[in-house]
Amino acid sequence: MASPAAGRSGGAIAIGDWRERHQSTFTETRHNARVFFRDRLAVIGLVWIVLMVVVAVAAPWIAPYPDQGRGASDLKSRFEAPSASHPFGTDNQGRDVLSRVIFGARIPLVISSVVAAAVLLIGPLLGGLAGYYGGWADEVIMRVTDIFLAFPALVLAMAMVAMLGPNLRNLALAIVVTWWPWYTRLVRGMAVSLRQRPYVEAAKTMGVRDSRIVLRHILPNAFGPVIVQITLDIGTVILEVAGLSFLGLGAKPPTPEWGLMVSEGVEYVLEQWWISVFPGLAIFLLVLAFNLVGDGLRDVLDPRMKR
Amino acid sequence: MTPLLAIEDLTVHFAVKRGLSKKSADVVHAADHVSFTITRGETFALVGESGSGKTTVARAVLGLNAPTSGTIAFEGRDLTALKRGARREALRDVQVVFQDPYSSLSPRMTVHDVVAEPLQAHGRRDGRELNERIVALLEMVGLGTQHLWRRPHEFSGGQCQRIAIARALALEPKLVILDEPTSALDVSVQARILVLLEELQERLKLAYLFIAHDLAVVESVADQVAVMYLGQIIESGAAEAVLHTPRHPYTHALIASVPSPDPERRSELGVIAGEVPSAIRPPSGCRFHPRCPFRMDVCDRVEPEPHDAGGGRLVACHLPDDFDLDAGPQ
Amino acid sequence: MGDLLEIRDLRLQFNSMRGTVKALDGVNLTVREREIIGLVGESGCGKTITGLSVLGLLPRPQTEVTGGQILFRGDDLLALGDRAVEGIRGRLVAMVFQDPLASLNPVFTIGDQISRVVRIHKKVSHHEALEATRRALKAAGLPPDDALLDSYPHQLSGGMRQRACMAMALSCDAPLLIADEPTTALDVTIQAQMLRLLLDLRDDLGIAQVLITHNVGVAAQTCDRVAVMYAGSVVEQGLTAEVLKHSRHPYTMALYECLPQGKKASELRTITGSVPDLIDPPPGCRFHPRCVHAMEVCATVKPDPTRITEEHWVACHWAAKQPGAGEGAPA
Repeated sequence: MASPAAGRSGGAIAIGDWRERHQSTFTETRHNARVFFRDRLAVIGLVWIVLMVVVAVAAPWIAPYPDQGRGASDLKSRFEAPSASHPFGTDNQGRDVLSRVIFGARIPLVISSVVAAAVLLIGPLLGGLAGYYGGWADEVIMRVTDIFLAFPALVLAMAMVAMLGPNLRNLALAIVVTWWPWYTRLVRGMAVSLRQRPYVEAAKTMGVRDSRIVLRHILPNAFGPVIVQITLDIGTVILEVAGLSFLGLGAKPPTPEWGLMVSEGVEYVLEQWWISVFPGLAIFLLVLAFNLVGDGLRDVLDPRMKR
Repeated sequence: MTPLLAIEDLTVHFAVKRGLSKKSADVVHAADHVSFTITRGETFALVGESGSGKTTVARAVLGLNAPTSGTIAFEGRDLTALKRGARREALRDVQVVFQDPYSSLSPRMTVHDVVAEPLQAHGRRDGRELNERIVALLEMVGLGTQHLWRRPHEFSGGQCQRIAIARALALEPKLVILDEPTSALDVSVQARILVLLEELQERLKLAYLFIAHDLAVVESVADQVAVMYLGQIIESGAAEAVLHTPRHPYTHALIASVPSPDPERRSELGVIAGEVPSAIRPPSGCRFHPRCPFRMDVCDRVEPEPHDAGGGRLVACHLPDDFDLDAGPQ
Repeated sequence: MGDLLEIRDLRLQFNSMRGTVKALDGVNLTVREREIIGLVGESGCGKTITGLSVLGLLPRPQTEVTGGQILFRGDDLLALGDRAVEGIRGRLVAMVFQDPLASLNPVFTIGDQISRVVRIHKKVSHHEALEATRRALKAAGLPPDDALLDSYPHQLSGGMRQRACMAMALSCDAPLLIADEPTTALDVTIQAQMLRLLLDLRDDLGIAQVLITHNVGVAAQTCDRVAVMYAGSVVEQGLTAEVLKHSRHPYTMALYECLPQGKKASELRTITGSVPDLIDPPPGCRFHPRCVHAMEVCATVKPDPTRITEEHWVACHWAAKQPGAGEGAPA
C-alpha cells in the first residue's frame, strides 16, 4: 500500500487514491460492523427489517392477491379463517389479509424514512447552531424547542392532523413537527460541551469560520448518539403512524395500513381474530426489529473506542 | 527592536454567574496587571501552578478570553482594539499547541484534513499546492505520507503532538503558544518533542510562549521565564538566573518542592503548607503572604509592586533584594 | 523484616478488539514491611495492571492470569476465592488512585464514605466507625472536625480530595498501601506535601507502600527501593541509589538520560523507536529492538534476573556480562 513519495519536480503529487484516502473510514466501518454483528439480536432485527423492505418493494409480485392488497374487496369470501388459500384469512370485506399485510409494509417504511430524513435535516442543525453560538441564538432556538416539547407528542400530532385533514401526508408532517425538537435538544447539549474541546478552540485560533466549525467539528462528532436515537425512535414513529391511523386520523380506507387494519378488525376480534392480530403482529415485529438494531448500534457507536 | 508580543497591564476578570440572575458580586481574578514582552526567536516561559493564570493569559492572547483591561500588542498592533475580522488576520502569525494531544485534534478528521484546515481557512484551496505544503509540514515534524489518511486515535500521544505542531506551523507563524505541550507525554517521548521544538525554532526563527508547570522542562527550553501566582507575575527574568537564584519566596519554594531524580540530592518536600487560595477573594496585600515563610507585617497590607532587582530581574516582594532565602525564615 | 508482598513471575493477558494483549510477562517484585518501593515506568509498561492484580481488580472474563503467584505474607492471593479477596481489600491491602474525583462518590459526604469502608471490614458500632474515620483523617493530614466530615468531595480542593482518598485507604489499618500515580494530578507544591505524607505514613505508622509512578523524581525522593518496569516485566530492582545512579539496565540508563533536569533542550537524549505493541511483542527481551547494547541472544532468549548486589538485580544479558554482575536469581 505504498504511496509514491512527494515529488517536487513538475508532476502532481499522488498522495493516495480514493481507497487509500478513505482507509480510515473503511477500517472503522469494518470494525463497527464486526462489533455490531456480534450482537445476535441486533442481527435478527436487521434481517427482519431487510426482509420487510424486500417484501414492500416486491409486494405486487409476492402478494397472492395483489388487487385485494391494494383494496379491492371480494364479498363472497368474507371472514374466512386462515387456510391454505388465505394463510392469514380474509377480513370483513373478503380481502386476503396476507396480501394486505404485505402491501402495508410500504407505509411504515416509507413514512419513517421520510420523517427521519426531515428530522435529521432540521433538528441537529438547529441544535448545533444553538449550542455552538450560545447567546440569543441559543435562547430563541431553545425556547421554540421547549414550546414544542411541552406538548405531548401524540396529542400535538393528533391536533395537527385534525386541523389539516386526516391523511397520511399530513400525518407525516405532523410527526416531523412534533419530533424534531428532541434532536435539537440532544445535539445542542452535545454542542455545548464540544465547543469547549481543544480542537474547536484550536480551529478558532486558526481562523476557521464559525459555520465551518459547526459543520466540520461539532456536527460530525455529535452524530453517534443521534444515529442511535433515531433508530430507536423509528419504532415509535411506526407506532404513532399505526396508532393515529387506528384512530382514523391517518390512513383512510381502503389503504392497507396496519394500524387501520387493526382498527377495522376490532369489532370482530373475538371471533375473527385474524383480521386484527396479523397486522398487529406485523407492527410489533417491525418496531421490535428497529429497537434491536438501535440497541446494537448503541453498543457500536456510544462507547467510543478511545485510547 | 519592537518586541513581537508586548503584554501591558493585562487584567482578566470573570464574573461568577449564580442562579437565575446573571449578575453577581463575585469576580474571579484570573489575571491581574500582567506585563511582559517576547522578542523574535526567543522562548518565554510562563510558570505556575493551578490558578496561577498562565493559561488565562495565553487564551487572552489567542482571543479566546476577553481581557477586562490592558493591552496585548502583537508586532506593535494592539489586538484588543481590533475588530473581529482584523484580529483574525493579525492572529495568523500566532498559533497554538495544546496539552492533550488527542483532544486537540478532531477525532473524525484525517491527519491530512487536520493540517489542511488552517490553510483552507486562509484561502489556499489549490489541490496540488495544498498537498505539497501538507507533506512538507509532516516531514518537518518527522511524519510521512503513510500517515496522511489516518485518524488521531490510531497514533501515539507523541505522534499526535507532532501532528498538532505541524498544524500550528502551517501558516508560518512568528509566535507559537505551547500550553503544556509535553505534560501528557512519557519522559522519553517528551524528550523527542522538546528536541523537535528546538530544531524548529532554529530553522524557522520561531518565538515560543511556553506554558508549563514542570520547572526542569522550563529550564531546558526557556530563555526568559515569568513565575505566576494567583493571577500575578511575582518574578521574571532570564530563565537560568531565576531558576538558580530565585528572589521571591514562592519561586524559591516551588523550586525546592520539585522532586529531584537524583536520590542523593534531597528535595525539601512539603516546604509550603496550605493550598492556593480562591481567586475570587484573593488575600490582601501580597497574595502569597498567608503561605510565605518570610512574611512580614507589611505583607498583608501593601501589595508589592514588581521592581527591578538588577540584571533584567523583576520581583514583586517586600523582602530586600539581597535577602538569603536559603538561610530559612529568621 | 520479612517480605510483606512477593510477586513471582506474574503473567497476565487480556483480550482486546485487535487481539490478545500480553500485558505482563513475568513480573517479579518484593515489598518488605515498612518500606516504600517505587514501581517506575512509562505508559503501557504494566505498572498499573500489576497494582490492580494484587487486589483482584481486573475485569474478569477479559483478563486472564496465565502464570505466577502473588504472595501476601506467604498466602497466594491468586488462589483465593472472590469473597476472600474482598476481605483483603482495604483491610490488608489498600489502594489509592490517580484521580481523587473519580475515586470518591459525589453524593456521599467524606465522613459517610470513610465510615462505610470501616464498617464493611470491621464489626464496629457507628460511633466507633466515626472515631476510626477521624483517626484516619488525622493520619492523612486533614482536620478531623465535623465540617470536613460533612463536606462533599466537590467542596474540597484537589489536594484535600487526595488526602481524603488516603484517609479512606488508611481507615482499616492495612499494612500495605498501593498508590497508583497519587500525585500526578496535583500541583508541585501540593505534590510535595503528599510525598511528605507518604514518608510520614511509613515512619510513623509503619505502612509499607508500593508507589506506582512515571515520575523518576517522585520515586527518587520517597522510595527506599525502586523497580523499573518495561513492556510487562521488571527489568531492574534495587535500592533507589543503586538503580538510579548506578543503573545497569540499558532502559533505565536511557530513561535517566531523557530527563530534562539540568540539560539544555539540544542536549536531551532520546530513546530510538517506540514502545512495542503488546499484542505482538518482540521475542526474547522486549527492549532489544531499541537497545544500544543488544546482542544476538537478546532477540531470542528472555533474560533472567542477575544479581548485582544484595538488593540490586537486573534482567539483561548485556548487563550480566559486565564486571560486578553476580550469577543466579536473587533469593
